[in-house]
Formats: sequence, C-alpha cells, structure tokens
Amino acid sequence: MERPSQNVRTLPPGVVAPDTTPLVIPTDAPAPGRARPAAPLRREGPAKLTGEAKYADDLVFPGAWFGATIRSTQPRARLLGIELAEAFDWKRIVVVTADDIPGENIVSLIDDDQPVLVPVGGEIRHQAEACALIAAPDRAMLAEARRHITLRTERLPAVFDPLTSETEFAHYTVEAGDAAAAMETAALVIEGVYRVGHQEQLYIENQAMIAVPREDGGVTVHGSLQCPYYIHKAMKRALDMGDELAVVVQAETGGGFGGKEEYPSVIALHAALLALKCHKPVRMIYDRHEDISATTKRHPAVVRYRSGVSDIGELIAQEVEVIMDGGAYCTLTPVVLSRGVLHAGGPYRCPNVRITGRAMATNTPPNGAFRGFGAPQTEFAAEMQINRIAEALDASPLDLRRRWVYREGDVTPTGQVLRESVGGIEVLEAAAEALAFDRTHAQTRSMREGRTDGARTATGIGVALAWHGAGFTGSGEVRLASVASLELTDGGRIRILTASTEMGQGTKTIFPQIVADALGVDYEEVEIAPQDTSIVPDSGPTVASRTAMVVGGLLIKAAEKLRARVEESTGRSFAESYREAGPMRIDEQFVPYPGEPFDDKTYRGDAYPAFGWACAMAKVDVDLDTGEVTVRDCVSANDIGRVIHPVLAEGQVEGGTLQAIGYATIEEMKLVDGRYLNDRLATYLIPTSLDAPRIRSILVEKPFSGVPHGAKGIGELPMDVGAPAIVAAIHDATGVWIHELPATPERILAALTNGEMPQAPGLSLEEPTPQTPRIEDLPAGGDEMPFRAPTDHAEPP
Amino acid sequence: MSFSFTVNDDPVEVEVAGTRRLLDVLREDLQLTGTKEGCGEGECGACSVLIDGAVVDACLVPVSQAVGTQVRTVEGLADNGRLDILQQAFLETGGAQCGICTPGMLMAGGAFLASGTDPTEDNIREAIAGNLCRCTGYTKIIDAIALAAERSAHP
Repeated sequence: MERPSQNVRTLPPGVVAPDTTPLVIPTDAPAPGRARPAAPLRREGPAKLTGEAKYADDLVFPGAWFGATIRSTQPRARLLGIELAEAFDWKRIVVVTADDIPGENIVSLIDDDQPVLVPVGGEIRHQAEACALIAAPDRAMLAEARRHITLRTERLPAVFDPLTSETEFAHYTVEAGDAAAAMETAALVIEGVYRVGHQEQLYIENQAMIAVPREDGGVTVHGSLQCPYYIHKAMKRALDMGDELAVVVQAETGGGFGGKEEYPSVIALHAALLALKCHKPVRMIYDRHEDISATTKRHPAVVRYRSGVSDIGELIAQEVEVIMDGGAYCTLTPVVLSRGVLHAGGPYRCPNVRITGRAMATNTPPNGAFRGFGAPQTEFAAEMQINRIAEALDASPLDLRRRWVYREGDVTPTGQVLRESVGGIEVLEAAAEALAFDRTHAQTRSMREGRTDGARTATGIGVALAWHGAGFTGSGEVRLASVASLELTDGGRIRILTASTEMGQGTKTIFPQIVADALGVDYEEVEIAPQDTSIVPDSGPTVASRTAMVVGGLLIKAAEKLRARVEESTGRSFAESYREAGPMRIDEQFVPYPGEPFDDKTYRGDAYPAFGWACAMAKVDVDLDTGEVTVRDCVSANDIGRVIHPVLAEGQVEGGTLQAIGYATIEEMKLVDGRYLNDRLATYLIPTSLDAPRIRSILVEKPFSGVPHGAKGIGELPMDVGAPAIVAAIHDATGVWIHELPATPERILAALTNGEMPQAPGLSLEEPTPQTPRIEDLPAGGDEMPFRAPTDHAEPP
Repeated sequence: MSFSFTVNDDPVEVEVAGTRRLLDVLREDLQLTGTKEGCGEGECGACSVLIDGAVVDACLVPVSQAVGTQVRTVEGLADNGRLDILQQAFLETGGAQCGICTPGMLMAGGAFLASGTDPTEDNIREAIAGNLCRCTGYTKIIDAIALAAERSAHP
C-alpha cells in the first residue's frame, strides 16, 4: 500500500491562533426554528404507522405475472447466445431479449452507453449485467424456467482497478492561482493518499417495479423510485413511446438515499418490456441479494492530496488529484465526479488550488448516486489533511478551522464570491460548545500520554467540517428548468402538483406546510397530488438536497401569485374566499438564482447558488486488543439556511450521520472477479441500534436570499462530515491515521502494529480465493444465485 | 394442508403448504401487507410480528408453526383508526421516516413495553437491535418508545 509522506520543512512561528471571536450558541438554547409554532405531523405518517401505506410490493394487480432478470456471471465477456433448454416447456413463459426492444437499446441518462439488455454479439461489461428477461404466471414456474436458460459467452480480459483503466468517463479541472509555485514557498507541506470503497445505500425496501400494459398500447409503471421523469424519459426512448403512453407512478417508497435515483429506470424498462410482451401486469420485485448484487453503489475513490502552509500559518496551496471508479457504465458518474472535485478543497480559504478529477471505467457493476454524491469521498481526504496539518503544527484542529474556514466575501477556487449564507464558523462553534471540544481534547490527550502498555481501551475526539453545494451543480438547475404547480380546483381544493417524491425525508409534509404558510390557510387545507407523470409537471428529480430549496421556493412563489390573484378577484382574504374562486392554476418555472453563471467548460463561476455547512464532532472508544471502534457521542451541527420543520430536519441529520458512521467504521463491499462477495444483509453490515450513538443535532440558520424561505437543503450535509470526524477521533485515541475507509478493526490493528494493511477498499481480487467456490461450480439451478444463469464458460482464456 | 390460528384476534384458516412462510401467508393469502419484507433471511426485522406475544421474523416462520397461536401484526394496533400509544409517539417524535421498518419496529417496541422492562435507553436499544432502520439513526425511534413508556406509566 502506498504510504502517505509528511514533509515538514520548518514549523511556523508560534501556534496558530484563532483570528475571530468565537460565536457561542448555548447548547441548552433551542436551535433556531424551534421557537416557531409546532410543526405539523408527518402527512403520510398515520398510513405508515398502521400498515395502510402501499409500497410497490403491497400493490395488487389481478392476474399479474412475475418477472426475473437473467444476468451475466462474468465481469467481461462476449455474449454469444442465449439458449433455452429444449427439455423445458416454454409455452407458458415469456422471454425477452434485446431483439424485443421496440426503441433504442439504451437506458437513457447522461451517456448512451448502457443497454437495457446486452444483445447477442454484444459485450457484457460486469457481473450481474442483464442479458435476458423472463416472466411466468407463478413463482414456481419462473424459478423452473430460470434453471433452463444458459448464456453462451466468451470471456474477455477485465479491468478492476480504476488506476490502470484506460477508459475514462469524465475529467474536470478546477484551478485558481498557481498551486505548484505556491507549494514551493510553503513552510509545511502535508501529503496524503486516501482511499474509500463502495457503500451500499441499503434502503430497507428493495427495488421494486410493477408494469401494467394498457389498452392504448402504453404502459404504466408503479414503483419504488425517486425521479418519475427520469424513468419517463427512459421509457419513451427504449419503448419508443410518446409522452402519454409512458406513465410513471410512485408507490410509497421505503428509502432511497440516491439508490433509487437512476437504477429504477433499468428495472422499470425490464418490467415494461415483459408486460408489453405477455400482455399482463408484471411484478419485478428484487430480493435483497439481487438488489445488493446488481444495483448502484457509492463510487470508490482514490484521492492524492498535497497541502501547503505558509510560515505565518496560512493555507496557501492545495494540489488534489481525484480518481473515481465509475464501474461498467457511465450512469451519473460525471456529475458525481464534478461535485467531488468542486468540494475537494474543503470549506477553506486558499488562493492557490489545482484540483483534477478523472472517473474511470472498470468491469464492476455501475456506481451511482448516494447521499453526498461525490463530496463525502473528497471531503474525507480534505478533512484528513486539515487534521494532519493541525497535528504537524501542534495546533488545535478547532483553532485551525476557525482561522481558515470561509467567511462572507471569500472566494472559492471557481471564483465564486460567497456573498451570504456562509455558516461554517457558526456550525463549528455550535458543535464545539455542545461537545466541549477543547476540554475533551485536552483530556484525551493527557489520557493518551499517560496510557500504559496494558491499557485495553483508548478514547479520542475528532472534528470535521464541510460545505455542501445546495441544488444541482453549475448550470444544472437552469437546464432542468423545473416547473412546480399549484391548483385551485373548481371544487375549492388547494392542490400541490410536483414530481418531487416522498421517500421518508418529508416532502409531503413540508410542501403543504410552506404553501399553507404562504396562502394564510391551515396545513390540512392543502392537498398534494400523487407523483404520477400523467398528473404532475416535471419539477426535476428528488436529489441533490434540492427539494426544499428549489421546488419549495417555486411553490412559495406560486402560492404568492395564487393568493394575489384570488384576493384581487374576490376582494377578500385568500383564506375567506378561495373556496369559490377556482378553478385556477399557477405553473411556476425556475428562473436562475442571482450570481455569476457557471461555465461548464472552464469550471469558473458560481458552482452552486449557496452552500450548506456542516460540522461533526465524535467521541470514540477504540478497543486496543480488537481494533473495534465504538462511537460514544456524536454532535452534528448544520447550517441549512432555514429550518422548515425541526423534527424532520433533525431526522435528516441523525440518519445521515449514522450512515456516515457506517461508512467510517463497518460498511465495505468486498469484491472478487468484479462481483460483490458480501451481497446479503448477513454479510454487508449496517449499524444497528446497539452500534449507534445518541446523535445530537444542532440546526443553524443562515438564510439564502435567493429563495423566499431561505432554506438551503439538508439531506446530504451530514454525510460529508461523519467519516473524517470519526477517523480523527480514532487518531486522537490511538495516534494512528487510517487513510482508508472504512476504518475497520483490521485496518486499525494493522496500523497500530505496523502490520500489513488489508486489501484496499473498492478493489476486486482477480480470482476467487480457494474457500470461495466459483459461481460456475455451484450446483446448477441452486438457490444460492437464483437470478444468475449458468454459463457454458469453463476457464478464463 | 389447512392451518388455523388467529390474526389480530380474528380466527383464520389457510389452505397452503406447511412450509409456506408466515410472511407470505399474511401478505398474500390474508392481504395484510403492513408486514414488510426487507431481506428474507431474518437480518432486518422488517417482517417482525408477534406470535403469542413474542417477537419473531415472519420470513423465518413456516405457517405450520403458527397453528393454534395468536399472531399480531401492525394492522392490529390501531383501534378503528385511532393510533395506539406507541404509534402516536412515533408520529410525534418523528420515529417513522420512510416507514418500511416501522411496522416491525412497532411490534418490537410494543413487545418491549408489554414486558414491563425498565425503559432505559440501553434497554430500548437492546429491544430493537434486531430491527434495522436506515433513515432515522434510531434516536427518534428510541425517543418514541420512551415517550410511550412514559405515557403508559402516567396516563
């Protein structure tokens, strides 16, 4: 493994001191927003609590068939044929191959590289790639049919390491000043190589889609999904359908976290193709094993980082190289990389910056969206650097951040002037106060220095700070041109029309809440239309922490217009008169926020309309015998512009923080031959209630003036800071830096004993270990790999 | 084969294979879809139901083992649409987000409350350790169970 080096030329004079007066928010004071009138209860809460809420697999369509996907068992191969055993009676089975696709054989997204199904003669690019589909009237027949399909293939050489891959999905450069020249003048240079692996979103509801063919030749899909219009677009293209024929309806959705951003297009197309061929509704409900094996993960990344500090203790240079592993197909990789690159400098002033990023193809299942979307990977590296600089300077990691964190008026590496809503220092001070950081840090230091050889446990505290651009990157929101609508029916009902989905984060609660507020009516008077593409306009995807800020902002504008129009026509207040004023409808389209437009070619301008700011501080115990980490306490302070609903906002912080703790400590996909080894819940572990600390959230409000309500978004923020805070705490406890995520007991013990580090995260072993039977050696048709077809391939060439 | 037991106090009889999972009997034969499937192998607890008051994963129980028992599911908690104490506490504290783990959490939490165990945070964490949640970080679920315990003790 590549070891980071630390090149200390001369120490700057004196310890770095804070140059600001700390702003202290007492921890017993209510967070901003709490003082407001009690927020409404979750709109769909009662349905979820009584079991009445209908998730995709709960929906009943009489006569529905069951669908299954026949997948590759090789990371790269030529598909020579799809063979149906003659001994089996295929009359009651429907088989779909690439030849059955009426439109283009493309899962429409950014690039056109991913086929809906690999055609015969085409190239299989990853384990678990879909090659054929089957449907049957019952599950037993489906299982039997699956055992009688064989994929005939010719194995091709595969690439698993993004560093040796020659196929690039995207590259970006962000440059300010002259980083190389400034690095030469630095008094202290810290270098590091950081590596992070795959992370599975692990929504508790698996991917699920049911396609229902209609008499007009169209098809309606009902499913678990985040972005109805992504699927709509993909269906129109692959099924060669017009707007009206392809209809997407969201069922209640049991968690997404990015995992149901782009993948549902694949499963929707598969279900729709089967439904169109068998003329029955077709249920495609993944089990956990198939879900983990085939669907997208967080991108693994390698980040090489150099930071230069001047002799007066200023951060003067950053040179960063980011390599991301996109997997076999492009999916959203360029956008993930872009966000990663734009956040790689961390939330700190630095005049000379050069950040380059490349996303490479490997023969592993495609990686995709996951909460944080590239930023957790690069900000882990950025925060590791800051914490290591503090160590090298013998400075407090808190003081260093107080000195360097962006303030209003500072300029980012893309030339964006941070004019307002810059809450980095506030979240830092709020978290420091809540966890008594300075005092605790002094205690853990003296504990570490006084520790005897026989000690069994070590305690440490760590801090991390991050920024997170709110909404789509660069010109993304302008290109989306989202529309949100508000309708007054002639029956006198107020109805919100957006494609923004509820997946637990609270869309269905905060939308009626802010609209009711703007209209001056009660929360209960505002309804929300179902997320059905035949009913609602395209308000953009439910991603990028954009829903409250962007779509919420459009709804408030729409409500203000509706209110003015009604009050003008009736001469009375909206609340008194709206019931007789309809029908009326306002379609509010996005207009660009103020600021410098972003240039996608030069990467100059305002990368985001505003940034959210997050600070996490964590206290951990490390078992020195086993390397096991227990997170004892964790505070996450987040500047989200404005708190709309304190309970829901805290829920986002707490849940995001625990996902970050999992990323930091236990969540790791192991791969062999490009296939996920731990592809079940028994082997891919996420934190349980016993692994979780009591997470304390602090909400800070620095409103963004570009939207009427000032809210910036919250969902992804806590994901950026958890892991580096925990790794810093592990260092504080033990004195060792773990440069790879997750910081598993194996990695910690190896670092403590100067032992051999385990395999780098994200990398695939070339061949199965002797203990692992090759998939081909498993009993044919066994239930172990129920969705995989046996192949006739014997040995790699 | 025919199997008889009660579900939420109603007697039921199903004609299925004895190895059919209780989860499938509930969801497909009895149309009680409130009980969810998350992993199908007893890891996530989304399918938790009570059999004679004990929390079990319905994905691991063949229906033949439920004969003569009292099965309770999430559909049996509310009384004519009126949420029970624990459901109401979940609603108020924000213990349900996406809601897919919620039915199982309610069953595990309800069994904990019924057990009379001291509702300390550690005990509550232990009680729901077999139920995975990916949304909440568990804090608000624990708060909900503690609130329900408080209200039960001091109605």
